Amino acid sequence: MSTYLARRLATILPTLLFVTILIFSLQQLLPGDPAKVLAGEEQDPAVIAYLQKKMHLDQPLPVRYVYWLGGVLTGDLGESLRMQKPVTALIAEKLPVTIELALIAIVIALAIGIPAGIVSAVYKNRWPDYLANAVALWGLSTPNFWLGIMLILFFSVQLGWLPASGYVSPFEDLRANLAAMIMPAFVLGNAIAAVLMRHTRSAMLQVMSSDYVRTARAKGLNERVVVLKHALRNALTPVVTLGALELGTLLSGAVLTEQVFTIPGFGKLIVDAVFNRDYAVVQGVVLFTATAYIALNLLADLAYFLINPRLRG
Amino acid sequence: MATLAIDALPREASPGARALRRLSRRPSAMVGLFFVVFFVLLAILAPWVSPYDPLATSWSAIRKAPSWAHWFGTDEIGRDVLARVIWGTRASLLAGVVSVSISIALGVPIGLLAGYAGRWPDALISRVTDAMLATPFLILAIALAAFLGPSLTNAMIAIGISATPIFIRLTRAQVQTVKVEDYVEAARALGNPHPRIAVRHILPNVVPPLIVQATLAIAAAVIAEASLSFLGLGQQPPAPSWGSMLNTAKNYVEQAPWMAVWPGLSIFLLVLSFNLLGDGMRDALDPREGV
Amino acid sequence: MTRAAWNRHLTAAIALAATLAAAPAFAQTLRFGLAEDPDVLDPTLARTFVGRIVFASLCDKLFDIDDKLNIVPQLAESWQWSADGKALTMKLRPGVTFHDGEKFDAAAVKFNIERHKTMAGSNRRGELSLVSTVDVVDPMTARLNLSQPFSPLLAQLADRAGMMVSPKAAQAAGDKFGANPVCSGPFKFVERVAQDRIVLERYPNYWNKGAIHFDRIVFLPIVDATVRLANLKSGQLDFIERVAASDAAAVSSDSRFKLSKITEIGYQGITLNVGKSDLAKTTAIGKDRRVREAFELSLDRDGIVQVVMEGQATVGNQWVAPENPFYAKNMPIPKRDVAKAKALLAAAGMPNPTVTLMTATTSDAQKIAQVVQVMAKEAGFDVKIQSTEFATSLNLADKGQFDAYILAWSGRADPDGNIYSFDACKQPLNYAGFCKPEVDQLLNESRTTADVAARRATYEKIASIVLVERPIIYIYHRHWLWAYTNKLTGLRAIPDGLVRPQGLKFN
Repeated sequence: MSTYLARRLATILPTLLFVTILIFSLQQLLPGDPAKVLAGEEQDPAVIAYLQKKMHLDQPLPVRYVYWLGGVLTGDLGESLRMQKPVTALIAEKLPVTIELALIAIVIALAIGIPAGIVSAVYKNRWPDYLANAVALWGLSTPNFWLGIMLILFFSVQLGWLPASGYVSPFEDLRANLAAMIMPAFVLGNAIAAVLMRHTRSAMLQVMSSDYVRTARAKGLNERVVVLKHALRNALTPVVTLGALELGTLLSGAVLTEQVFTIPGFGKLIVDAVFNRDYAVVQGVVLFTATAYIALNLLADLAYFLINPRLRG
Repeated sequence: MATLAIDALPREASPGARALRRLSRRPSAMVGLFFVVFFVLLAILAPWVSPYDPLATSWSAIRKAPSWAHWFGTDEIGRDVLARVIWGTRASLLAGVVSVSISIALGVPIGLLAGYAGRWPDALISRVTDAMLATPFLILAIALAAFLGPSLTNAMIAIGISATPIFIRLTRAQVQTVKVEDYVEAARALGNPHPRIAVRHILPNVVPPLIVQATLAIAAAVIAEASLSFLGLGQQPPAPSWGSMLNTAKNYVEQAPWMAVWPGLSIFLLVLSFNLLGDGMRDALDPREGV
Repeated sequence: MTRAAWNRHLTAAIALAATLAAAPAFAQTLRFGLAEDPDVLDPTLARTFVGRIVFASLCDKLFDIDDKLNIVPQLAESWQWSADGKALTMKLRPGVTFHDGEKFDAAAVKFNIERHKTMAGSNRRGELSLVSTVDVVDPMTARLNLSQPFSPLLAQLADRAGMMVSPKAAQAAGDKFGANPVCSGPFKFVERVAQDRIVLERYPNYWNKGAIHFDRIVFLPIVDATVRLANLKSGQLDFIERVAASDAAAVSSDSRFKLSKITEIGYQGITLNVGKSDLAKTTAIGKDRRVREAFELSLDRDGIVQVVMEGQATVGNQWVAPENPFYAKNMPIPKRDVAKAKALLAAAGMPNPTVTLMTATTSDAQKIAQVVQVMAKEAGFDVKIQSTEFATSLNLADKGQFDAYILAWSGRADPDGNIYSFDACKQPLNYAGFCKPEVDQLLNESRTTADVAARRATYEKIASIVLVERPIIYIYHRHWLWAYTNKLTGLRAIPDGLVRPQGLKFN
């Protein structure tokens, strides 16, 4: 276990290094000059030249990379030229929002996905299975942005129950905060619930046809005990891993959902930055979320060991 | 999995044929297959079944509700929505199938190499895969699509590349489980060359989970294309795709809901049928099912 | 519970929630939906149109413009040009203070103009390039000395170049001033959460505080027009700018809201590459003026406005709208003439020229492109639409790698701001690569002429060359569409599309 952990930890740094190389080169190779985008309507050549210098765009690519990496190692992720703020400050500003949205979404997803998966595996090829599958398929096959706009039209415009968008800090007004978060969280959770349901179902099916569940059944154990104690415990392993991975994905930004509901989290920050060629922001935020994602992966692996006793020995 | 691998050795009926037979006994899978075939036919026969030219505009028929002349209504510049939905099948099917083919074509060989070779190629591939997986899928796709320039082809490439790590990882994991099995050891002991072992004995074991993953990935890719279109990076006008139709329709949801209903419904149906089919395949390919 | 009772219960609950939400103070807050997230809030560095909307509440300027585009006093009470047109003397408004309590005076004017002219990365330097020095005549009188007469100067000073910030705060903050701007406008800066909100609160010592009836203005950038409108309808916003043209009819028929519209000072056009790069020598549209004329004649401007803008635009063929005092009446809007377009193409020996039309990925631009494609086809054109991300399109435009480019301009109060940078040789926005010495001479002449009639005559001469060469085909001038709650009164629609908070209040 500890050697495994050490091995895992040793892979983190090279992975992160590849992340920085990947995102840095992708970003910097994008067509379009960030200085021109930032120079606004007038496109004053003096301003463009000034901005290019300020962003070190007059330097060759590897030099810029080393420059940036040097900053990262000293905890400086650079500055957003568009917003004139350090990237670290932007991350600190958006992180609570993104975490809250991700957590609510994952809770919704778990609450729908796992029970639905169990039910559909237990009642395989009967109507609860079909129903759960239909719900999951609906979640999987609806584009996020579309569902978001539909929800806004129904709950905000038609019924006037929920605000169409606009984030309120929970410390300012918890009710307003939850009212603003529930629709985007549902949109996100709904899609993840479908993934979780499908995986729970297939893991359950696999486990339930395994020898030791058959043994448990043969021993005459109550079906409920078999399902919940024996089968579920083993089936949950991949599901937990998946849940952690999905949480990591959510942290890196619910790109379109945040766009539709104008939730000021990471997703909106990154997409706007990609289109505005605000390099420092994209690089900084992706590096941060990638680190978070890798950390969550590690935690998921630990959970894997804890839940699955057979792997512990 | 081991059972299936032994089945892979030549015997009376090929496992593929048996899986197909099992598949044909599943109504939900058959419904899925039916709709997939239906959409494929629609895509192929679009020029003959489409009631109008999908690009023909009519200034006097802008955003008209469904009628006998236009069953699905007309869009913001007076084009027939039914015609565009029918022709749009091509783009969405392509977006799903081509991008996943790209992912498989890249991911499976790389995964085989990593899993089979081990040591430093594995370490290198695994780190790059981890790095790609750690980078958000849509961000990666957006950056790639922006890099390549907005078009359907480039969106498919971007989605395909972004989804590759999933297939690398899946293949690699599968290979690692199988390569220590007795019959692979036996094949190795018999002096079979490595590429032959990899392709003949290991690859077949990767196929069943790959098919399940691929079906899910096709569904995800269709939605990814719609998402890129939403950001203006997918199929470009005036060519129709369901994603780009939804993208335009979002501006008129209140005034012209039909512009959004039909492409949305089509995406739903296509994704649904791939999922039904994939589910059926998963069950059919699992030999323990019959037990 | 009966359905009605349930509904009553629900309504009460919602009302309660709304009261709770507004509980911190019963202060009047205007919640304003912006179409984009503004850039840096420093008048010297600011670059975007949407930022100017925030500045209208935050930073007063030396002058302002009214709904007829006349220059009116703001921080300068009166002004006087010298006889040679090379010195502008301004009497400043007394009793004005900045949000940090510092006094506004001639020294502050000198500081600000010099800051605009010298600060690294200043976007105002070009606008003030002809201002050589600033004199403090007395504490309340400032004089700008010009190297040559420049009639658009007042209009520049009615925009960001005329915005005055607190010298003390600006010196202390350096290039970080935009993070916490200190001006002298009706509202002072409170906080900004990037991409989420900009909060301003009433400045109690504003010189014109009688005209201000709100305690706070919160600007919320919401990019999607549908969502912006949904927020207005669900009561989360009081005011939204840039309503989608397709929603205009529904909004004006809804008694809860009012819709205000005014023709913009900018334009929507198609820039044609006539000489930006060598590519122009090889393309049909670049090398033959007749092809460009045929292209224009193939377009039905009224049709485009109907289809693309649902009628919410004024057709036009020049850099200013037809009702503008500087519109060149000698060059009226040409009617669509497909037969003549075909004849011109035949005469040019290119009956079916291919034109690649570059467009941003925004829905309006793409709609124009699709309509233009269909219309031009009838005259024989094969228009290929090349959708390009905005950042990329700027680069391609600058390198001259395009045939035709759909590009809009937000407009400036003085006509010079709508044409000089586009049609004078080698100017930054001259993507067409248009360059004619006689046009340059006329453009400079128009800049040094103060008399309106004489300037109009110069513009008529410019129009008779430029509109024949067609570096840009102007199509229409959008209507600024603003929707707001019917409680709101006192809105003045100014063609620059910026909302002045003075006079705005809830009934």
